Amino acid sequence: MSFLIGENMVGGYGGADILKGCTIAVDQGEIAVIVGPNGAGKSTAMKAMLGMLPLKSGQVKLKDNDITSLTPQARIAKGIAFVPQTNNVFVSMSVRENLEMGAFLRDDDFSQTIDQVFELFPILAEKQKQLAGELSGGQRQQVAVARALMSQPSVLMLDEPTAGVSPIVMDELFERILEVRQTGVAILMVEQNARQALNIADKGYVLVIGENRHTDTGQALLANPEVRRSFLGG
Amino acid sequence: MDALVDLTNAVILLLNFVIVPSLAYGSQLALGALGITLIYGILRFANFAHGDTMAFGTMITILMTWWLQSKGISFGFLPTALLALPVGIFATIIMLIFTDKVVYKHYRRRKDPSVTLMIASIGVMFMMNGIIRFVIGPNEQRFADGERFILKARAFKEWSGLNEGLTIKTSQALTVVIAIMFVVGVFWFLQKTRSGKAMRAYSDNEDLALLSGVNPEKVVLITWIIVATLATVAGTLYGLDKSFKPFTYLSMLLPMFAAAIVGGVGNPIGAIVGGYVIAFSEVTLTYAYKKVFVYLLPSSLEPDGLLQLLSTDYKHAVSFIILVLVLLFKPTGILKGKIL
Repeated sequence: MSFLIGENMVGGYGGADILKGCTIAVDQGEIAVIVGPNGAGKSTAMKAMLGMLPLKSGQVKLKDNDITSLTPQARIAKGIAFVPQTNNVFVSMSVRENLEMGAFLRDDDFSQTIDQVFELFPILAEKQKQLAGELSGGQRQQVAVARALMSQPSVLMLDEPTAGVSPIVMDELFERILEVRQTGVAILMVEQNARQALNIADKGYVLVIGENRHTDTGQALLANPEVRRSFLGG
Repeated sequence: MDALVDLTNAVILLLNFVIVPSLAYGSQLALGALGITLIYGILRFANFAHGDTMAFGTMITILMTWWLQSKGISFGFLPTALLALPVGIFATIIMLIFTDKVVYKHYRRRKDPSVTLMIASIGVMFMMNGIIRFVIGPNEQRFADGERFILKARAFKEWSGLNEGLTIKTSQALTVVIAIMFVVGVFWFLQKTRSGKAMRAYSDNEDLALLSGVNPEKVVLITWIIVATLATVAGTLYGLDKSFKPFTYLSMLLPMFAAAIVGGVGNPIGAIVGGYVIAFSEVTLTYAYKKVFVYLLPSSLEPDGLLQLLSTDYKHAVSFIILVLVLLFKPTGILKGKIL
């Protein structure tokens, strides 16, 4: 049984179902990547696991506990952290305050976590007094990931973390995400840059119109001629 | 030497009739605008009931003041209303939490657009207005007691030997001091405390605040408590400085909204800046400068008219014109706020 699993999820935002019975799972110390064409329901699948979308059927389990009926807030309290694709920092607050907000639910002293996060993203230590809204796109993404890490989550969900950043920044972000994996966090990621993402993925899910088309290790998917032809451009 | 005396007289004249009154009025507007801007930033609607919230808090403070006065309790040279203020604040907090529970919460839960909440606040405005007229009536009430002046014109004239006197009313000095205390308090709260940061985060990015575990109902509750406090303090200070009349408080809505928007709505510092900008504009544009120029110009050039740009009846028109100009040319306000 996986650490976090969404099984046979069916649902949508009213109207036609976007998810038609897809299953996504991720274990601790592992990176799972959801890829697929536009409109495949990649982000929707992740949001369903976070509780932002009511499911008609299927269930979400965290550590074998059924969390299907919990609100996103309740799931966050259980150790899931989510980095949205856009508007993922508090632009009018300083970098440090963004991190403090990430630790909002913690009652203990989180200064050590701040130090760890600064070690992971040294640029943030330098800019900790600056407003997050004044940072570059790549730096903002780092703040967004760092904010999510402040709650010391067991699951980190990233919705297209590299959307709109340069290839160099993308490589660096993936580098950092690999480092986060070392700490034993389960990482679930939706990605447009399928090739690079599968490269660092332990597990890859190729979704097509709300269903699982291929599920394998990242390397196996990269090597699979059908996946290459249909989704990775040869 | 005479020229120097004339210049000093002119300066004292301006201090007495423009600067000191504007500072006091600006502080009252700033406190009011701060409340409006907090509601806009956090609850995301323009609260038309704010003027009547101020009147409600002031009314309770006045009733309490009268009760204290009837018991022979006073606050020395300070107005008794200051002793009654906590009761007024408390009653207003209860009132605002009540209106939130029975009115705004419903629309918030339905995620209605901001304009729906604004219209609802007009309903709340009428309700509060009715309660106030029912309880204390529409007439003017005076409740200031204690020492009226810190500095009297005659005492100043005797001390300085100048023609012009400088008057500082206790209410004016109190207004500035108390406004500074409350503004500093609110900013300290917003910048340094956990709840204050949660409020700023919620105002900045509601979805991300929820993802960080901020409880929106708690943020809303704290906002109403702060707004009730600021509104009651602003209303009571205004009442002490001028007088209490429910209609005046209703008409304060325009300069207060103008102050909030001019400063940058949703931006607390902007509300303070806006309050003083509006107050100084209203007073400087409606003051008759004749006497000032009599001192400054040689007698041959003495002006015939009053040198008053606008009649004081038009003082609210000044805030309206500034509001329109800001919305036309810099809709985010002097300091960057949200667009209404």
